[in-house]
Amino acid sequence: MSVLVYTESENGKFKKSAFEVASYAYAVAQQLGTTVTAVSFNAEGNDTLGNYGVTKVLNISNETLKTFNAKAYAHALTEAVEKETAKVVIIGSSTDSKYLAPMVAAKLKAGYAPNVVDAPESTSPFKVKRTVFSNKGFAHTTIDTDIKVVGVSNNAFGAKENSATAAVEDFSPAITDADFSTKSIEIDKVVGKATIADADVVVSGGRGLKGPENWGMIEELADVLGAATACSKPVSDLGWRPHSEHVGQTGKPVASNLYIAIGISGAIQHLAGISASKVKVVINTDPEAPFFKAADYGIVGDAFEVVPTLIEKLKEFKAQNA
Amino acid sequence: MKILVCISNVPDTTSKINFTEGDTKFDTNGVQFVINPNDEFGLTRAMWFKEKQGATVHVVNVGTATTEPTIRKALAIGADEAIRVNAEPTDGFFVAQQLAEVIKNGSYDLVIAGRESIDYNGGMVPGMIATLLDMNFVNTCTGLEIDGDTVTATREIDGGKEKISTSLPLVIGGQKGLVEESDLRIPNMRGIMMARKKALTVVEPTGADAATNDVSFDKPAAKGAVKLVDADNIDELINLLHNEAKAI
Repeated sequence: MSVLVYTESENGKFKKSAFEVASYAYAVAQQLGTTVTAVSFNAEGNDTLGNYGVTKVLNISNETLKTFNAKAYAHALTEAVEKETAKVVIIGSSTDSKYLAPMVAAKLKAGYAPNVVDAPESTSPFKVKRTVFSNKGFAHTTIDTDIKVVGVSNNAFGAKENSATAAVEDFSPAITDADFSTKSIEIDKVVGKATIADADVVVSGGRGLKGPENWGMIEELADVLGAATACSKPVSDLGWRPHSEHVGQTGKPVASNLYIAIGISGAIQHLAGISASKVKVVINTDPEAPFFKAADYGIVGDAFEVVPTLIEKLKEFKAQNA
Repeated sequence: MKILVCISNVPDTTSKINFTEGDTKFDTNGVQFVINPNDEFGLTRAMWFKEKQGATVHVVNVGTATTEPTIRKALAIGADEAIRVNAEPTDGFFVAQQLAEVIKNGSYDLVIAGRESIDYNGGMVPGMIATLLDMNFVNTCTGLEIDGDTVTATREIDGGKEKISTSLPLVIGGQKGLVEESDLRIPNMRGIMMARKKALTVVEPTGADAATNDVSFDKPAAKGAVKLVDADNIDELINLLHNEAKAI
């Protein structure tokens, strides 16, 4: 009756979120008095999951599963749940994980609580705290089915080291052609850059940047901080930046440690999308911009003067603290 | 092609969120309800298929009679018929089971649901109905081309996009990108008048149970005032971010 966790990887390497969900699974297992089994797909270094409390890894090595496929992955995960007689399944909050989790839940006839931000408040009933209304509220939700699926918000729980030894066991789920009725034919993805979902720091630009030709300084600031770049809705509507960078209620939610908003006034829909971020900085010429009410730190000033100075100063800071 | 667009009735994106009855219910007082924005993109794409490829478009909502103005708006935009499953949408699994029943009975080729509703943000209904009915499924769908039974879909992934090949029958979790925001339609007077004559069928729910229960709600703690840093003193900002916020 272990807790099962889906540990996401890319090109054979675990994502940072894999260690976070493993840590969450360990916290749940502690409450239930049981152990954590991880399922990994074509990942190297499975034993490192032991550092986060995982004692068993079901290692899937399968060429056909090298690219994420929600239906096939859901099949594999549910088979693992049945094999381990798991009662709780922990999944992350990446775009792929949110594609996968409802399919796993429906296959298992299990209740699914997404966007969970803390360890369970109780296990009988199984009650979790999750964000609702685009981070404008929290719900305390019970999952009332025999098997429970929990979707953990990025950066909400954190990766916590819990030294254990992970036994790695090969696992070959009975995947068939029917599991590949949707096929990936092309992936267009920026390689080697942090994404909004994974990044600890997000640097975001708004209409105050005046045009896409001015995004160089946003990207440079992001490079210095190892950050992902993002934008407000008007910017993506104007086509200055792709929709995948649009942060807000109808775009992507951001739950980074640091969110820097440059030239973004702070419409209610944008603020809803970033409220789960821990530290917020705003740079805007308008002291009345609503973002100043939501931010921790602010500079009233022209982005074209402030940002280049900030880049230089951060470079100096990094050199001194290297 | 027969298309079903699943419509969620949600508070307008600018709504202030409050809870009532001892923080156990969402306070609808003074809240304007609208078609879920992700569903609106899907509905507009469905209208495109209707006009360019000859599809029939139905809309469905799981909700009480209070959602009918939202359903009528979808009809005024151009959907041919509407179905309302007469039930309080208690949780995503419950809603998915109700919708699965409607889809099964209606033999739809394409089911479009928003990738998530902007109220409870579950993001689970499209994936659950696809799985319950063993239909193909593409989530976070930003592009959809259909030729006969062959489908090419584009979906958003973290840091980019992915092109997917699949076939009908299909469920998509749609979002912005399916159509441009400027293509979204505002019902005109003719559409509103015609919508009054279109069929809105009310069906009773199946006996499915909810799998989760929102026992209570609360709001994030009030935030302290912003610390303003002089634009000529960037060193101070870096100092605060490093020593106080521990963010860099």
